[in-house]
Amino acid sequence: MDANGIAEVLAAALPGVAVEVAPTVDLQSTLYIESEHLLSVLQALRDRAELKFEVLAEMTAVDYWPREPRFEVIYLLISVENRLRLRLKVRLPGNDPHVGTATGLWSSANWLEREIWDMFGIAFDGHPDPRRLLMPEDWEGHPARKDYPVQIRKKPESGSPTQLTAEEFRANLLKDRLVRK
Amino acid sequence: MPELRTETMTVNMGPQHPSTHGVLRLVLELDGETIRSASPTIGYLHTGIEKTAEQKKWQQVIPLVERMDYLSAQSNSMAYCMSVEKLLGLELPQRVKDIRILIAELQRINSHLVWLGTHGMEVGAVSVLFYCLRERELLLNLNERLAGFRFFPSYMRVGGLREDLPRGYLAEARQFLERLPGKMAEYEDLLTKNEIYIRRTKGVGAITREEALSYGLLGPIGRAAGIDYDVRKAYPYLGYETYDFKVPVRTEGDVYARYLLRLDEMRESIKICLQALERIAPVGEYAVADPRITPPPKDRVYTEMEALIQHFLIYSQGFTVPAGEAYVPVEGPRGEQGFTVVSDGTNRPMRVKSRAPSLLACQVLERLIVNGQIADVIAVIGSIDVVMGDVDR
Repeated sequence: MDANGIAEVLAAALPGVAVEVAPTVDLQSTLYIESEHLLSVLQALRDRAELKFEVLAEMTAVDYWPREPRFEVIYLLISVENRLRLRLKVRLPGNDPHVGTATGLWSSANWLEREIWDMFGIAFDGHPDPRRLLMPEDWEGHPARKDYPVQIRKKPESGSPTQLTAEEFRANLLKDRLVRK
Repeated sequence: MPELRTETMTVNMGPQHPSTHGVLRLVLELDGETIRSASPTIGYLHTGIEKTAEQKKWQQVIPLVERMDYLSAQSNSMAYCMSVEKLLGLELPQRVKDIRILIAELQRINSHLVWLGTHGMEVGAVSVLFYCLRERELLLNLNERLAGFRFFPSYMRVGGLREDLPRGYLAEARQFLERLPGKMAEYEDLLTKNEIYIRRTKGVGAITREEALSYGLLGPIGRAAGIDYDVRKAYPYLGYETYDFKVPVRTEGDVYARYLLRLDEMRESIKICLQALERIAPVGEYAVADPRITPPPKDRVYTEMEALIQHFLIYSQGFTVPAGEAYVPVEGPRGEQGFTVVSDGTNRPMRVKSRAPSLLACQVLERLIVNGQIADVIAVIGSIDVVMGDVDR
């Protein structure tokens, strides 16, 4: 079953939910859905007999800063029985990104969601244990965000902290990225 | 008569504990010797590899990802390279595929040997460790021959391998593979029918098939609990479908089943390696013939202007990868492993994220040890085979 087949099953199970099929280069079919329908879609993906995605194998997020909507949360689902693989994506805004938790459906979601909260600051509503996972508890900021400082190229001046303007920071990020066609 | 009052005791196990395979901290609440609750704390080995990778060129990420799961370095780099190759749309020469299979299976044997040794040591059979490290030493020697580096050879490249196999490598690998079955019989003599070992492991840390699925355990832990899923069979890559091997599956789901299953996996890996040795031609291609990605051989760099320019471009600017996203699963020693690689069309990745089987295995730890005995914690941690470098990345 390809992405269109999965989208059809979803459309039959959940009328009124917009499912967007996206092109893909690898084994996973890719679907985009709206974040408010996430939980019902995940539930249908897990419980419909013709899909039966009983494994949430991987969750991650990508930060497309400064684009808006800024974040994409990716769910990688596997059906062992039906030999299906699906990449389900949700777009989230940069301002107060949050989405429902999948911990009620798959136990593996617990730490995976905590890691995304830790690294990207995307909140999972209803998560039973919403703490940081990898960084220390008192850490400030979310390190995997694109606007989190990583390389500061500025001549240090003694006595003053290294402060970058937003423009300098963006220029630093793009400095070494070579676009060649 | 007043009722007896009992108190639970909270004990910190780790972060510095010889049996936590790195730096894992467990806060255990004990009622006598029974564990009432456990909360694992991770992150002590977090080094921000995924963030660092976003600043590097595509090729420079390879040594970084090898250091995530430090017991299966070459599986990591192979999974990463295959995701990037998928984005680039590269088709590898058959010889490269066969060499990669040989290296990946040797890496699986290597990782399982370390697992077996440390697990045996932790449940009291210290001699197993010495025997296993003896054989692993030979594998590290093979790595040294391959690339001059024993733990992290960085031999994989996007588009193939760094260079051709060194002279004598295949013969030495064959020698090792012929030696190993006899040695594995020695390990089995020490453990499989050992009364103490069986008592420490049978029925301990058991998990059902449904729980394993829910926890996303696709790998030896899941297969020991009855999930018949192996990426090499379900979604063959590199031509695994042409190799003759079986995927061992057991149903008990306890520590002892995981032990037997990993031993069976090592035997199957030996079979695959021997088949790969038959197929690898002594000379031939070791990378794709794409001048944008594969650097020219050194003798041409020193004698031809064009080759020097090509060499310089690849090592200074790198190559660009078309915008897109790819995840190519491979079967690593700890289960399905893969890298979500996102490119924005430049010469540096936009996001690299490892699917870490150890992270999910570490997550299930709490479920496996609660209501068990404190002595079983050690046996269970050993059996789920977590590598903290992979958990924290």
